[in-house]
Amino acid sequence: MKQLGSMRILIGILLVLLLIAPVHANPAIEHWETDNGLKVYFMPAPALPMLDLRVVFRAGSARDGDAPGLARLTNGLLNTGAGDWDADTIAERFESVGAQFGSDALRDMAHLSLRTLTEADWLETALDTFTTVLGDPRFPERDLERGRRQTLVALDAEAQRPGSVAQRTFFEAVFGDHPYANVPLGTEASVRAITREQVVGFHREFYVARNGVLVLVGGIDRAQAEAIAGRISAALPEGRAAAPLPEVPPLTESRTIRVPFPSAQAHVLIGQPGMRRGDEDYFPLFVGNHVLGGGGFTSRLFEEVRGRRGLAYSVYSYFMPMEADGPFIMGVQTQVAQADEARQVMQEILAEYREKGPSSTELRASRLNITGGFPLRIASNSSMMDNLAMMGFYGLPLDYLERFNERVESVNERTIRDAFQRRLDPERMVTVIVGGEG
Amino acid sequence: MQSRERSSYHRGPHAEMKYSQLCHLVLLTLLLALAPLATHANVPANASAQGVHEFTLSNGMRILVKPDNRAPVVVSQIWYGVGSAHEHGGITGISHALEHMMFKGTARYPAGEFSRIIAEQGGRENAFTSRDYTAYYQLLAADRLEIALKLEADRMRNLTLPKDEFVQEMRVVKEERRLRTEDNPNALLFEQVNATAWLNSPYGIPVIGWMTDIEHYTIADMRDWYDRWYAPNNATLVVVGDVDPHAVYRMARRYFGPIKARELPEIKPRTETRQLGERRIIVRAPARVPAVLMGYKVPVLPTAGEDWEPYALLVAAGILDGGESARLARTLVREQELAAGAGAGYSPFNRLDTLFMLSASPSQGTSLADLEAALTESLERLKREPVSEAELERVKAQVVAREVYRLDSVEGQAMQIGMLEKVGLGWRTLDEIAERVRAVTAEQVQAVAQKYFDVDRRTVGWLEPLPIDPDNPPSTFEGHLR
Repeated sequence: MKQLGSMRILIGILLVLLLIAPVHANPAIEHWETDNGLKVYFMPAPALPMLDLRVVFRAGSARDGDAPGLARLTNGLLNTGAGDWDADTIAERFESVGAQFGSDALRDMAHLSLRTLTEADWLETALDTFTTVLGDPRFPERDLERGRRQTLVALDAEAQRPGSVAQRTFFEAVFGDHPYANVPLGTEASVRAITREQVVGFHREFYVARNGVLVLVGGIDRAQAEAIAGRISAALPEGRAAAPLPEVPPLTESRTIRVPFPSAQAHVLIGQPGMRRGDEDYFPLFVGNHVLGGGGFTSRLFEEVRGRRGLAYSVYSYFMPMEADGPFIMGVQTQVAQADEARQVMQEILAEYREKGPSSTELRASRLNITGGFPLRIASNSSMMDNLAMMGFYGLPLDYLERFNERVESVNERTIRDAFQRRLDPERMVTVIVGGEG
Repeated sequence: MQSRERSSYHRGPHAEMKYSQLCHLVLLTLLLALAPLATHANVPANASAQGVHEFTLSNGMRILVKPDNRAPVVVSQIWYGVGSAHEHGGITGISHALEHMMFKGTARYPAGEFSRIIAEQGGRENAFTSRDYTAYYQLLAADRLEIALKLEADRMRNLTLPKDEFVQEMRVVKEERRLRTEDNPNALLFEQVNATAWLNSPYGIPVIGWMTDIEHYTIADMRDWYDRWYAPNNATLVVVGDVDPHAVYRMARRYFGPIKARELPEIKPRTETRQLGERRIIVRAPARVPAVLMGYKVPVLPTAGEDWEPYALLVAAGILDGGESARLARTLVREQELAAGAGAGYSPFNRLDTLFMLSASPSQGTSLADLEAALTESLERLKREPVSEAELERVKAQVVAREVYRLDSVEGQAMQIGMLEKVGLGWRTLDEIAERVRAVTAEQVQAVAQKYFDVDRRTVGWLEPLPIDPDNPPSTFEGHLR
């Protein structure tokens, strides 16, 4: 029967591909809210007989409270037992119809996602399984214990990578008492202490309609999208939106933290709290950072640290806009003996850039790269999924993509310099160096 | 394993919005009868079931174009038939190092110009090196393809290889090796197992090269490698996106047409000598999580005597590790709880015999010996009993689905075409892969298991962690694998 099923799908694909019209440059995004408050973002993409679906909740590790690791553990257990099914059955149901289930918990968000064909039987099996995993997870004891042990191994794996040690140390130092200080994995002690009641409670509180966003991108029409959204939201209690996260306090002084590590390279991270999604300085900081260290092979950091000095393979800077102020980070990895040189060069580049801003040539080049590359940002279903999940989760306006280029164009040397001077403070930077004798 | 087998010019930072795709086998398939109706002009082109249009310039350069008008974007990739498997001792990794130098300028476009121009056009670009090929790509708005072709044609022949740039860039390559390999215990385990498995096959050479060889390249080495391999008759241009194939052909002819063909080196077989018994190694490196890695020597599509065998091996890999319902996750991770994670990997799309790999990290309290025994048992079971119909159907359903999912990405489509070309199979293999996978029977999976999963043909490596202790100065570790 499945044999026949897949042949039928091949024929279906043939028909669809012969009939399609090209996707429009400006994607048609549809948005509505279900009766119980789940926000829905839908983009029809009729070219391929596939559907991408993602449900995102304010259920990342920033909601861990005094149990670091809780958000991630909860998220990872969703597909280990739901309804009447155990982990084996759930996996079989997805995979026997070629569907791909995924889930993850970051700091702000936790999500469940599904990629499936739109062939009716297969879509139905995939959706039925997904909806059950979403709304009726059982958190079996044994799977919880295994999840806990796997997390402990993951913590060990993290501790053997100098880059991960640097990230953990950096977030702890930059965010202090703020929930962003926690790494989603948690700590050995916190993971050992998490109880099943905490997991069940976390799920009950945060995996609810009013705290979620559903994104659908693919070969379905509005009526199908509404039907799917209706099923998904019906699987969720209404609940309420999670409280806003606390403001991130600014750092009060500069700190340098050295962590000894038996590695050939030192991993250096320099930074401080940066900006939030939807920040009024977003465009000057984003475009400005493109010149500084975000622009691939042409940024100042790349040209100086890698191009002219050959100090590193990878050197970059970026703002990570989050619900509250996410970090600004400059990073490099270099042979231990060169760590101080690299660090000093990067600090000087930042200081000079902050003081003088970009040259008009640099700004022009970055603007051209960002605006000229806009079609690449919306080219595939999966990139549109990322865009819509980000827009929906952070509450950006529906015309965000449409107005993107015009807002990039509106940035000038002065607004960049002004934003960098107001938002970055060289006197209050955390520097983490992992590697060497510390 | 693929990520450890490739090395590229640049890698980007992480982002909060990262969406982790499930890691899957590269199962390549076809869609019969999907050909858009091509307009055949009086140029040497024809379109296939896959919608690929093929052209050949008079200098031997091949041009493969697949129109995809879902979005106004295009990917342009140029693939050279040279990689670490064309190298020899003393200059290992030179294909990768030369890939870096390809960004360091020509007389017309000095160092950095290539990247500056592509960036100004809104493009993204990079390059990667593997065992059988080196490839360069640009991703652009569809109406900006021409500049990419113009620049690629220029650096196919006119690289200047300036001394100062060379000196700096080789420092960068050493940092890349430190980052990817020296400080990554699992990459070290892979590199050492791989080098142990192959006595004379060039697949034992790490793509990034051994550190001592990187330290001693000369500009003359670079120049020689460049002159030897970078020629139109060793290159394939792959373009996928919102383009007209004949317009692409005309553009390519304009820029690449004037470049003269060269005599290419003879590629000798270097067939691996017969393995006479199990090989075992231990890698001791600063780490926290032990691991076991096993590789069994197996044929690939270009080398297999029976051409169904690689497809049966591909299905075997899918039975073991094609998702959470596959045997390793189900049995080793969830049922027996011996492994924190376990995987299997095999690609039939290589030029030479390769390794069918199994890897696992133990759950806490499990010894590597027990974990290795469990991995071995998973192979013994494939030998003992035919796989179930449901398992076979699951793997095949995943093949059909992935065929569709891959069409979401122009890069993914171009990658597949270029790779098949450069391992010597030809892009037309696309037209048969799905059919061949779907034809695999339970008996065939059992037959390849019995034939190839032989202890005497395997190499086993254990990663034994050395302590990472902040209170212990790192000098404790000097001398290990540096």
